[in-house]
Amino acid sequence: MHIMEGFLPPAWCLFWFLVSAPFIVYGMYQLRILMREKREALPLLAVAGAFVFVLSSLKLPSVSGSCSHPTGTGLGAILFGPCITSILGLIVLLYQAIFLAHGGLSTLGANVFSMGIAGPVLAWAIYKGGQKAGLNTYLTVFFAATLADLFTYVVTSVQLALAFPAEVGGIATSFAAFAAVFAVTQLPLSIIEGAVIALTFKYIIDVRAEILVKLGVLTDAAVGRLRGVGA
Amino acid sequence: MKYAMETAVLAIVLLFAASILVVLSTGEHEWAGADDQAEDVIKEMTGSEYEPWTTPVYEPPSGEIESLFFSLQAAIGALVIGFFFGYYYRGRQTNT
Repeated sequence: MHIMEGFLPPAWCLFWFLVSAPFIVYGMYQLRILMREKREALPLLAVAGAFVFVLSSLKLPSVSGSCSHPTGTGLGAILFGPCITSILGLIVLLYQAIFLAHGGLSTLGANVFSMGIAGPVLAWAIYKGGQKAGLNTYLTVFFAATLADLFTYVVTSVQLALAFPAEVGGIATSFAAFAAVFAVTQLPLSIIEGAVIALTFKYIIDVRAEILVKLGVLTDAAVGRLRGVGA
Repeated sequence: MKYAMETAVLAIVLLFAASILVVLSTGEHEWAGADDQAEDVIKEMTGSEYEPWTTPVYEPPSGEIESLFFSLQAAIGALVIGFFFGYYYRGRQTNT
């Protein structure tokens, strides 16, 4: 779910465009370096982008009796960092805004921020933190992807609450109401997303762990350990 | 166990499917997109109808055409994932 076309007052649209722009610009800069220096990682970038494509097209029913879709941004964030992932998010959001009337061009900045930046930043931070703390890699990937998905919708709720504070109780009440709709629907979907991305991560280690080492996602020692534990 | 992780993921998916079945059997739900509910919440919170100040540049003329674009999106993604995983698997076989 994204904020629909025209559903944010113009001032807020502009605000979120300005917030998102630096991430996109820096992501393009990182992308150019990646294309020049780590060409063998490009197929993996395509896979990360494709994951956002597939997962954000699947509108799944949820326990709340309504439908929503996962974001799929966790994989890109773990592999390439949040700035490059913000570009992947931008591509998908543009596609959906233009062809599907899902999300919108005026709300693009806000949606890029929630799906392409806030979620991925959290996923990336959790993954890096988990690796440093020596936690199980797959479990870390699972939590990173799950919480990135959930956090995207929390941020969407914040964005809507800021633009539409409640008459009584203001922003906090409004946030609780939006979060009740989005976060509850999203919780089971984000768990599925986390599980699928963790499994994909395992397959990537199986086939091309050396690229992960080159990207700085895993150390050689970690790859040896993960492969040793049995695929 | 060789397929421990696959089993765990499958279990999560089955649990999810079961939860949907439970919800299905406990009353009427609309299964609408959560985005549409946002509109209602806005109304509820601010006490007035919000008029969108701009409309989408293009709207799929029907639900079928909308689902066409969604399937197209999923198909493109699945194609890319399948292609590159196949490419990687093949590369591994010839390398080792």
